[in-house]
Amino acid sequence: MKRIHKYISIVLAAMFLTMSTITQISAQDSTLAVQDSVVAVAQEAAPVAQPDTAAIVPTVDAGDTAWMIVAAAFVLMMTIPGLAFFYGGLVRQKNVLNIMMQSIILTAVITVQWVIFGYSLSFGSSTGPLAPFIGGFDWAFLKGIGVSDLSPYFISHSQPTADGGTIGTIPHIIFILFQGMFAIITPALIIGAFAERIKFGGFLLFSVLWATFVYDPVAHWVWSGDGWLFKLGALDFAGGTVVHVNAGVAALVMAIMIGKRKNYKGHAIPPHNIPFVVLGTALLWVGWIGFNAGSGLAADGLAASAFLATHLATATSAATWALLDYIFNKKPTVVGIATGAVAGLVAITPAAGFVGVTGALLIGLIVAVLCFIMVGYVKGKLGYDDTLDAFGVHGVGGIWGAIATGLFATPAIQNYSGLFYGNAGQLVTQLIATGVTIVYSGVLTFVLFKIVDKLVGIKATPKEESVGLDLTQHKEVAYTAID
Amino acid sequence: MKKIEAIIRKSQFEEVKDALHEADIDFFTYWDVTGIGNEVSGGIYRAQVYETRFIQRRMITFVCRDHLVDNAVKAIIKSARTGELGDGKIFISNIEDSIRIRTGEKGPESLFIKD
Repeated sequence: MKRIHKYISIVLAAMFLTMSTITQISAQDSTLAVQDSVVAVAQEAAPVAQPDTAAIVPTVDAGDTAWMIVAAAFVLMMTIPGLAFFYGGLVRQKNVLNIMMQSIILTAVITVQWVIFGYSLSFGSSTGPLAPFIGGFDWAFLKGIGVSDLSPYFISHSQPTADGGTIGTIPHIIFILFQGMFAIITPALIIGAFAERIKFGGFLLFSVLWATFVYDPVAHWVWSGDGWLFKLGALDFAGGTVVHVNAGVAALVMAIMIGKRKNYKGHAIPPHNIPFVVLGTALLWVGWIGFNAGSGLAADGLAASAFLATHLATATSAATWALLDYIFNKKPTVVGIATGAVAGLVAITPAAGFVGVTGALLIGLIVAVLCFIMVGYVKGKLGYDDTLDAFGVHGVGGIWGAIATGLFATPAIQNYSGLFYGNAGQLVTQLIATGVTIVYSGVLTFVLFKIVDKLVGIKATPKEESVGLDLTQHKEVAYTAID
Repeated sequence: MKKIEAIIRKSQFEEVKDALHEADIDFFTYWDVTGIGNEVSGGIYRAQVYETRFIQRRMITFVCRDHLVDNAVKAIIKSARTGELGDGKIFISNIEDSIRIRTGEKGPESLFIKD
């Protein structure tokens, strides 16, 4: 009887996916046709509507700005409280405060770093041979950026300037804040790899150095107008390469370098509060709408499309994980579906603004399978102790998402095509961008680990580890017995 | 006066509570305990199936007058038994003395409220 159930569910899932794929492909073709005609009309009308350039005064778009303020706040919500509770619930009771402290202090310290020089290094310009690799200090302390300045960065919504250039529709300040939230969450993702066994001082120094020497340059490569991967044509809508591949690879290197936890025998140490994990997952899921749908930097159809792709891929991945759990381990687990949801969110991130419904469904379906195999089977075989699967979920999911963008990008959404829409070159570009990020993040993380370990020490002593990091690093306990 | 300590399945707790009440045991203390033994129970964490030897049970403790002991023990056995391995154990021991803090009453007098 059990077996029959199993097969019925597999067959149903397969039928559902095939049908939706077929209907979607035909639906997308018609969308494409409509878009083409709209573009044609706009081009014909453009010369007539062209006003005198001297009269052009670029203005803030209220709708875009309102959405971007909300989106930036949503992304902040992903780190605190989202990630704090997601990771906090997964560790043991004696380490939960340490995880939450790490999340909050990164929010605080990286914000300061971002304003002082991080933003300038990532999105500023520099001159000479370094220009494609890192920004300069022109925007240090956000010097010269005024209240009424418009964002020099835009995706789908822009306006002409008086001197014939193009500029965004949102304040420069909100762009800085939005990107700042990304800079916060990226090092926070790595926390999962070394959880339960790191000294607080070593962690903090490492994270600040990592944000400066790894996150800021990679963000410059991919998103800055001068960046060499940007010029190469690498697609990364909301940070698959910059955030997830980057953090995921750093997580793997850190997990290996710092070594295993005491008594770690390759099997899981059960989470101390699964409702926290559910809460954290839900906050991440909601916050991710700001992360991905905000990455178009406008309140328009592209944002709606990115919202749809994000939500759909996540839902598919979560349901797929539950199904895999049911098939292979007889029970659909709560930690499982939460992990599946996060894997889906990670994978769709680079692709959110480039793929349609077909792409989102397949990205979500495949990432669940990949991560399920990775954390369930491969990790145990390899024997490294990535406490909360920061690599297994963010690394693997991020790499798949970056590659999948090169497969499923469709001209029906933006003017970019992947392999399945006739542009094999895009896949090659995606592979280059992912590969370079893996190597750079891996090598730099290794070097920074060595430096910080020499300077202040990184791994907690066996005694600190067995007593718990809450008490030894912060002199507090999470759940007191005092009324 | 005897002290009775019974380790029972959590799933039988409601039954045991009602049975003890019928056997005139109106008050007892309980807490959740974890033991380690031969029983293996499993868990799933992110597609990894793992085994633990931790056994979750509930411990019930009370001190009662001698004439209530037999009925109380019978009540626990009847209500806590499922017939499978791991139904638990009952320990009975002597109590030297007992004092009610409010009144200073000593011995069996301190264990019940006179009507």
